[in-house]
Amino acid sequence: MSGIELSPAWTLIFGAALVPFLHGKARAIWVLALPLAGMVQLWLLPAGEFGQLQFLGERLLLVRADRWSLLFSCVFLIAALISSIYSLHVRDAVQQAAGLSYAGAAIGAVLAGDLLTLFVFWELTALTSVFLIWARRTERAYRAGLRYIVVQLTSGMLLLFGALQQLAATGSLRFEHIGLEGPGGLFIFLGFGIKCAFPLLHNWLQDAYPEATESGTVFLSAFTTKLAVYALARGFAGTEELIWIGAAMTAFPIFYAVIENDLRRVLAYSLNNQLGFMVVGIGIGTELALNGTAAHAFSHILYKALLFMSMGAVLYRVGTVRGTDLGGLYKSMPWTTGFCIVGAASISAFPLFSGFVSKSMILSAAAGEGLLVTWLVLLFASAGVFHHSGIKIPYFAFFAHDSGKRCEEAPANMLAAMALTAALCIGIGVYPAPLYAILPYPVDYVPYTGSHVLAQLQLLVFSALAFSVLMRTGIYPPEMRLVNLDTDWLYRRFAPALAVGIEALGRTALSRAQRLLGGAPSNLLSVLRRVHDADGILARTWSTGDMALWVALMLAAYLLLYYL
Amino acid sequence: MKRRDERRYWLDHKENVDKVYWGVWVLCALLFLVEPFLHKHGDFAFEEWFGFHGFYGFFACVGLVLAAKLLRVLLKRPEDYYERH
Repeated sequence: MSGIELSPAWTLIFGAALVPFLHGKARAIWVLALPLAGMVQLWLLPAGEFGQLQFLGERLLLVRADRWSLLFSCVFLIAALISSIYSLHVRDAVQQAAGLSYAGAAIGAVLAGDLLTLFVFWELTALTSVFLIWARRTERAYRAGLRYIVVQLTSGMLLLFGALQQLAATGSLRFEHIGLEGPGGLFIFLGFGIKCAFPLLHNWLQDAYPEATESGTVFLSAFTTKLAVYALARGFAGTEELIWIGAAMTAFPIFYAVIENDLRRVLAYSLNNQLGFMVVGIGIGTELALNGTAAHAFSHILYKALLFMSMGAVLYRVGTVRGTDLGGLYKSMPWTTGFCIVGAASISAFPLFSGFVSKSMILSAAAGEGLLVTWLVLLFASAGVFHHSGIKIPYFAFFAHDSGKRCEEAPANMLAAMALTAALCIGIGVYPAPLYAILPYPVDYVPYTGSHVLAQLQLLVFSALAFSVLMRTGIYPPEMRLVNLDTDWLYRRFAPALAVGIEALGRTALSRAQRLLGGAPSNLLSVLRRVHDADGILARTWSTGDMALWVALMLAAYLLLYYL
Repeated sequence: MKRRDERRYWLDHKENVDKVYWGVWVLCALLFLVEPFLHKHGDFAFEEWFGFHGFYGFFACVGLVLAAKLLRVLLKRPEDYYERH
């Protein structure tokens, strides 16, 4: 017994492979049993290092169980269980198989003790998760999935490149603190940064997540970006640049969230904003700040999943989550409305909800270090997130003007998943001690003081007042059927246009050259085409016998030359 | 679809929506009223100014919405923008 058999990653990954062979009740039991079995394994997994092995002469460490990796594995397993319950009604086995193996890959990655193992699981999260987008089975989702996978694999390549540089410089692949100045540090930082949706590297998230299936987005919201947060905390804690990057991340997505019509895309922007808080915590790098990051990742995974679940239920029942098409759904889906409001209160950090006990640690850490501008930006983002996630999402989906749409309440399994998550959000908010007890460092922080509760309530209720006043006076921008340009424009519009332009330029140059030189260029091209085209001599598939003959001839010629 | 004989909900009456709207105002007023009885302390001195968090939240959100409204003028495209060839 070496201990690696206790890693829940294997259970989920190999167990997921069996999902397509099971049907009906057997499959339902199986997809619930896998995360539960993983939880038992994690419970039994002692702190320590397991599964050291040699690969191509390098020492790998498959399982490193410490307070950081156990915390993230724990919340990943809870997210996997919740997502499994939420997807029980789905008949398409691809979604559950992809979702569970994706969760397993993410757990494998946080438990990885070296950069090569991390890289393998890092890429596996990309390869498994893309099927959650493709499972929507529309042309739009297919294209979004392709863009998603290209970005994700690029992130992995950067990680591998940096890891190899580190290996060359230090002779070790161990995943410890890297820092920007370390060998390959910048590449690894960028690789992590893409997955963490840093500003300007962020748009894969808002592009792809809203295109996945209703269950797929719930899975997606939990793992990829929080894996990146974990990796950054491990490799780049205390990197000052992260404070600025994180502060920018909290602020700019909320402007987009205000004017976005697709409510799941609004949630994707607010996911990006919440990641910003965690990144700031990593940048500050004190024990309080890192505890705040870990705690916020934990509570964020839950309330974000809850919000995506409520919008998924709307998508499932109504067929759209466009703000322009919704409204008045509280009459048809009262339970979903209630759960959505719990998620909204949690992300907005209302006292007694989970966001309050975790986000405030990061703000306190920023203030404690005297980071005035950062603190003001974070406070602005806190008000903003309440405005667009806390109010806009429930308001436009369930209240606003009555769209006249009537539907059934969400299926029982969806409601059960939302109820469980909502209970956890409130549980953490009311009684944060168990969460504080598993944080990476000892916690000396009291969230509930009269002063803090009053300050937060003032911030939030006055934000609500601003929304109400702007709504009533008609100043608030109405929902419209529009898309807003973001950085994806660069590779969806600009780059293709550039390629077309360059091709046209090449054609003109060629025809000019032909006019000047007579037929020479086109003759050259036709020779090249004859030799290299699909049926050209050099590109044809030759039989092995022919090849052997040619090799023999070349060797003979070589021998001849050698003797000459 | 909506049925004609459907029961009317509490929020279907406009006067109740008004109640919610003015309720938010009342809540804000209450939060200012309790402030003198609670000692506010913060890491920055200005956090102790009267109603700092309230005013900050209100103006942050108004600024956010107005800026986003301007941003939309620059960024908006028809819904099928990326599907056109």
